[in-house]
Amino acid sequence: MSFDWFVLPFSIGALILIVVLISRYILWVIKLSRADRRKSWRSVFSFKLFQAVWEVFNESLLHRKIFRVNALLGWMHMTFALGWFLLIVIGSVESKFHKEKVFNMPYDPIFLRYFEHDVHGFWFAEGFTTIMDTILLLLLVATIMAVSKRFFKWIYGMKRTTKLHPGDQIALASLWLIFPMRFIAESFTAGIYGNGGYLTQTAGDIFATFLPLKSLELGAWWTYSSALCLFFLFLPFSRYMHIPTEVFLIYLRKAGVKTPDNKLTGFSEFETYSCSRCGLCIDQCQLSETTGYDDQAVYFLQKLRRNILQEESSHNCLLCGKCTNICPVGIDITKIRLLKRTEFAPEMLFNYRHYENVIHHDERKVDVAYFGGCMTHLTPKIKIAMTGIFRKLNIRYNFVDENGSICCGRPLKLAGNHMQARDLMQENKRIIIATGAKILVTSCPICYNIFKNEYKFDKIQVLHHSEYLNLLHKEGALKLTPNEEKMVYHDPCELGRMMNIYEPPREILEKSGKLIPVQKEKNFADCCGGSLANLPLSEDNRRKVSKEALTKLLAPSPDILVTACPLCKKTFSNVSDTPVKDIAEVVYERMIE
Amino acid sequence: MKTFGYTIQNDRQIDFDAADKKLYRYVAEKEPDINLCIFCGTCTATCSAAEFKNMSFRKISLFLRRGLTENLKREIESCMFCGKCTLVCPRGINTRNIIFNIRKGIEEYEF
Ligand code: SF4
Ligand code: SF4
Ligand code: SF4
Ligand code: SF4
Repeated sequence: MSFDWFVLPFSIGALILIVVLISRYILWVIKLSRADRRKSWRSVFSFKLFQAVWEVFNESLLHRKIFRVNALLGWMHMTFALGWFLLIVIGSVESKFHKEKVFNMPYDPIFLRYFEHDVHGFWFAEGFTTIMDTILLLLLVATIMAVSKRFFKWIYGMKRTTKLHPGDQIALASLWLIFPMRFIAESFTAGIYGNGGYLTQTAGDIFATFLPLKSLELGAWWTYSSALCLFFLFLPFSRYMHIPTEVFLIYLRKAGVKTPDNKLTGFSEFETYSCSRCGLCIDQCQLSETTGYDDQAVYFLQKLRRNILQEESSHNCLLCGKCTNICPVGIDITKIRLLKRTEFAPEMLFNYRHYENVIHHDERKVDVAYFGGCMTHLTPKIKIAMTGIFRKLNIRYNFVDENGSICCGRPLKLAGNHMQARDLMQENKRIIIATGAKILVTSCPICYNIFKNEYKFDKIQVLHHSEYLNLLHKEGALKLTPNEEKMVYHDPCELGRMMNIYEPPREILEKSGKLIPVQKEKNFADCCGGSLANLPLSEDNRRKVSKEALTKLLAPSPDILVTACPLCKKTFSNVSDTPVKDIAEVVYERMIE
Repeated sequence: MKTFGYTIQNDRQIDFDAADKKLYRYVAEKEPDINLCIFCGTCTATCSAAEFKNMSFRKISLFLRRGLTENLKREIESCMFCGKCTLVCPRGINTRNIIFNIRKGIEEYEF
């Protein structure tokens, strides 16, 4: 057995790391719901395991998603992950050949060069040294890239990169040290014993000309081992926790585990710790532009990990979903933030009993129930357009909230009051079912979201009015005369990123006029700034967000700005000189009777 | 029935001993905008809750300033956080956040 005292820091560090990781993971698995736990055990013996392994290879090693967004950053992450992985795998194979044993000490591959001075003695030895040197070279390049990213982030096309706390700084410094130290240690040994590859041998020979290698060698190996130890000890308290955690996250996801709608489970712990702090979410966040905002997804997750999350951080966010959309790890940050709000929400002084049975309907049979929503009552042109269309097409409809709305409940949920929202939801559900309609059409994407996802209607199809109008047009009931007005379309967050409705509004707009594309659209569209999700955002900052979003939308100088949400319409109207219209208004103006 | 909140000025003596301004200070610290209110009543005119029940943010604003916590508690129960009042306020007051913090404040001080 090869042994020297310097293997101890590495070995102890690795052991502590393993114990910490296992205990954390067990704790999180216990926090999963029983059904989720069952799912995750079962999937071990199924095809899902292979799918997970394949995805781990693609995402945790190759980092394909980061590649797609930012090639340079992707290359850096890939060489670090894949390079280190190969260094370990090929290194252990090499050490097994050397020792001619299947089971050797775990540190053998790490410090092989120190203990084995003979590279010519066994089959393919030079092949191994060449491969290992190449990997080391790639890792050294990646280290240089990582260091330069800290200081010259513009090279990587990033406006901002992540801020670090002390745990991260120590782990980062030791990570920066690991590969250069391995290179130096191996070169020193190669300079003395001639057991290096093309890289380490050349460097070793050069070092030998001016350095007393014999007295420096052991020190270099000690430093290498200590850097590894430091990295392992600080890993659980730093961003690098994502490396082991993401593997489990991918597996759980494949097994079908999800965060439920009403509470956070151990699954979100896995998500929270899987954030690689790549920083891609920072530039996405529109609040970054407003003054002094530092609660972007990455920092929110960091606060969660350090258990220092405050009410302000959980509420100061538009829940626009742009960070979730870009996140290469696929963390559902918006959902975590939404559910975290329950911890800070007030519980008393809610009383919705007097909303019971206040809305009555005539007994007329109808096909469509139309729910305007609170916001639509603030933008009456939308309801005039919708009821006008119903009437002109002789559709039997019931305007559910014509004389006042009981709120759909989503604004309460956005403030963290999930329990209280239930009362309103029950009453609305009762009223809507009582109309006897088969289709529920709503003009408000906020209502649409909760109607479709949480009301759980059995026999009623829920449609946003853009979908419904498009459907009427496709069926031939609704005919349009297009005009020459140039239009741009703004995707509301709740309709787009939350509900994936991108095409129906575009289809019907293309039939009613000239729709021109904008730079940031569909899942990359900006938030109008009006979001109900952000409680503390001041009026001034709101306007800033709206104006910035508006400038981008109006870049192609359209005649009108069209949207499909009363709240977006209201918000943009406050800052826009160009007319802002809802899709229903556009259709109503241009329909042929 | 919609009352715009202009009939709240019943004859009363101003009793400085009875007014408890703790809640007001709590809310004002979280949302200083409360001081900008000119009691115009636009918020009440648009309120979703006011369609069905006597409920007025204008009253809430006034009760808060006068330290009339008991009246406030009754008034605030029906708010559904729909946010219409915030959108119409001519002074750009974040009314929704004020209601949120009143509820929290009352809970915190156990009025
Ligand atoms: S939340 Fe996602 S996008 Fe943001 S830093 Fe973490 S991994 Fe990157
Ligand atoms: S949801 Fe939107 S506002 Fe909130 S952190 Fe993400 S990008 Fe920023
Ligand atoms: S609309 Fe604004 S200024 Fe007017 S009473 Fe309401 S909160 Fe006060
Ligand atoms: S948020 Fe409350 S006070 Fe404001 S309009 Fe809605 S129900 Fe009325």
